[in-house]
Amino acid sequence: MNGIFLQLFQNGLVLLLAPLLVGWVNQCRAWLQNRSGAGLLQPYRKLIKLFHKDAVLAHNASPLFRLTPYILFASMWLAASLVPVIATDLPLSPAVDVIALVGIFALARVFISLAAMDIGTSFGTLGARREMLVGFLAEPALLMVFFSAALISQSTSLVTIVETLAHKQFVIYPSLAFAAIAFVMVLLAENARIPVDNPSTHLELTMIHEAMILEYSARYLALIEWASALKLFAYTTIGIALFMPWGIAEAGRLEALPLALGMLLLKLAVAGAGLALLETVTAKMRIFRVPEFMGTAFLLAVLGMLIHFLVGS
Amino acid sequence: MTPTEFTAKHPRLAGSMPVWHGNVDEDELRTLCEAVKQEGGKLLALWGSDEQPRGNGYALHVALVNAGGMLCLSLPLSASHAAYPDLSELFPAAARMQRATFDMLGLHAVGADDHRKWLRHAAWPPGLHPLRKSFDINSKYSIESDSYEFIQVSGDGVHEIPVGPVHAGTIEPGHFRFSIIGDRVLRLEERLGYKHKGIEKRFESMSLQQGAKLAGRISGDSTVAYAWAYAQAVESLGGTTPSDRALALRAVMLELERIHNHLGDLGYLGNDVALAFGFAQFWILKEDLLRVIGELFGHRYMMDKIIPGGVACNIDAPGHEKLRATLTHIEQTSARLREIYDEHSGAQDRFLTTGRVAPELAAQLGLTGLPGRASGQAWDLRADFPCAPYDSLEVQMATHRNGDVAARVMLRFEEIKESVRLIRALLGSLPEGTLVEEVAVVAPGKLGIGWVEGWRGEIMVALHSGKDNSIHRLHPHDPSWQNWPVLEHAIIGNIVPDFPLINKSFNLSYSGQDL
Repeated sequence: MNGIFLQLFQNGLVLLLAPLLVGWVNQCRAWLQNRSGAGLLQPYRKLIKLFHKDAVLAHNASPLFRLTPYILFASMWLAASLVPVIATDLPLSPAVDVIALVGIFALARVFISLAAMDIGTSFGTLGARREMLVGFLAEPALLMVFFSAALISQSTSLVTIVETLAHKQFVIYPSLAFAAIAFVMVLLAENARIPVDNPSTHLELTMIHEAMILEYSARYLALIEWASALKLFAYTTIGIALFMPWGIAEAGRLEALPLALGMLLLKLAVAGAGLALLETVTAKMRIFRVPEFMGTAFLLAVLGMLIHFLVGS
Repeated sequence: MTPTEFTAKHPRLAGSMPVWHGNVDEDELRTLCEAVKQEGGKLLALWGSDEQPRGNGYALHVALVNAGGMLCLSLPLSASHAAYPDLSELFPAAARMQRATFDMLGLHAVGADDHRKWLRHAAWPPGLHPLRKSFDINSKYSIESDSYEFIQVSGDGVHEIPVGPVHAGTIEPGHFRFSIIGDRVLRLEERLGYKHKGIEKRFESMSLQQGAKLAGRISGDSTVAYAWAYAQAVESLGGTTPSDRALALRAVMLELERIHNHLGDLGYLGNDVALAFGFAQFWILKEDLLRVIGELFGHRYMMDKIIPGGVACNIDAPGHEKLRATLTHIEQTSARLREIYDEHSGAQDRFLTTGRVAPELAAQLGLTGLPGRASGQAWDLRADFPCAPYDSLEVQMATHRNGDVAARVMLRFEEIKESVRLIRALLGSLPEGTLVEEVAVVAPGKLGIGWVEGWRGEIMVALHSGKDNSIHRLHPHDPSWQNWPVLEHAIIGNIVPDFPLINKSFNLSYSGQDL
């Protein structure tokens, strides 16, 4: 029973917490730029506003275009729920394979790109093309990061990886240090963050993610925004699970929950502030530098694996 | 006829700027244009006027600039044959001005390559020309569907991206048609005119005094420059000289306008490379400055503060101190921010070599103003033909030869520094004097020229006087006329995502050229 309760609790938690993380990152960015910012709750206000609006659809929108926001939202929610956020050994845990996780992200990418091209506007196609350019380079790098971690625990199950790392004696893994840097680079690219994309841009010619969703409005846009928040949340919690898993609750122990929750919030706050800092001090790179950037991420992840074999840890 | 013969034969217009005006025939127009081009001079403006109420046909007016000043040539045209020889072959910048002149007045440029409409979209039918005196401004026309043939680029893998006139952000309307392969731009074609609001026609129903207010609204971000140019034109017609104090205050305002626009642009340039930190810092500086200006002058952008005959504002001693303190803060902070921009590898990677206009190309196309100076075109009215109070300030013109976004960024920093120095010098020796002089009654049928170096470049107001202090024809000229076509060249070979950055580094006026 405890397990099911914990799973449902985690599913609800990620859904509600994801916009807060976006709000926190934006608030930190505002502070770092000497602005007062819109407040932590701004993403929720935006979602509420969008859900209250009437949707406008292009005449030639196909069912795929309408369906995509739901697919996107569902897959991102699933991804965010699968990651062991507060407890390991949940009912869905056996399904949490890192390769499957990469697959879920790929599924979402395929659908959003198809939907972007569905209407036939030049911006949608432009965005989809750029998204694919980033995506096909980010995926292998992400896989390599996962493999580096999997080598330590001898399993591609994220839960096993977390358990191994969280309950082992504190050791510094050089391979994971390389993997962590590579992971942050992938996170930036996959979540349309600076320096690869700019989530707050209004310049349609420079957009990647935003260009793909220009034609969406109202509830569709709300679902996509929420899905983006869930994606960022999922990536952040994957990062936490892989590189700072301490404090996570063990199988079915409800009493460990408050501590795990507190630790999670603390870790998210640190990660969010770090992301904001990174985004404040960097400028967006030219789109043709993105392959170099992702290539570096891939290289670092591979180096991590090699080091594992060299050092044996 | 050579330019020297022209200036010897025709009188210099009253006022502080070196402007000569006279009638020419077709041959003289052609030879003068060729001679000025040969000397390294440039075309400043081209416009037409309807002279039928005065018993003549039409007239074409061309303002040329050489090292000696401005030559303003008027070519009378008969009503039955309203045509003149094409000048765009000599001065490429003339092409769009000629197209606009045809739309507005029906004057035909014989031999021009491009006869597509420019300012006329679908608001009035073809064959009608709003600036003709016979055109009834109260008549309404049903809006027809608009058609415009863009130049097609064909080839394997070439496709087009149409952008605008409605954009994703809150900016002025303009349509940009990119022909691209992948993300590389093969060709850009602009279509402007969406902000056409009939300003020139509106002037014609105004008196000289009323016109001052409208002149300050031709392009809101250059309101001081336009208002000064208009005032200069009226004062030149009436033979009025404003007091030294009024002129010094005008210069203070013009430099303040330059500073606040440059600060805003530098912020936007940071924003366009996603360096939101720079954006926030520069806009804090700009906002601080605008608030101080609002407090001292009564309007944040100093609208309506320059009037024919003088100024409608004054600064007292506490105001001086406040302005000085703000300028010191701006100088120090922008110097710090310049270091940050200069040393930020990510920003420099985006700025350097992006949107390059080589000096040779700039000279050939007539690039002017700030982007011109960033491409080695050393023209600045404040240094070349300094009128009071600039004549005693020795303005240091900033130039650069790289012509890329980085050069235009650098130039803005340099100009802020120089403007701060100028304002300090002006405030340090602010003469006493009356604020407004009476403007004398203006004789009809005369031409007055105002010519001011705004923050974008040289702004000109040509004012043809009518009876009883009315306006017969007024043509305001924005440097954007020259620079929009060059932007099409600056983007070639760059990638699509760099266009907003290049565009912002030029920051041209839509309103000022759509009229």
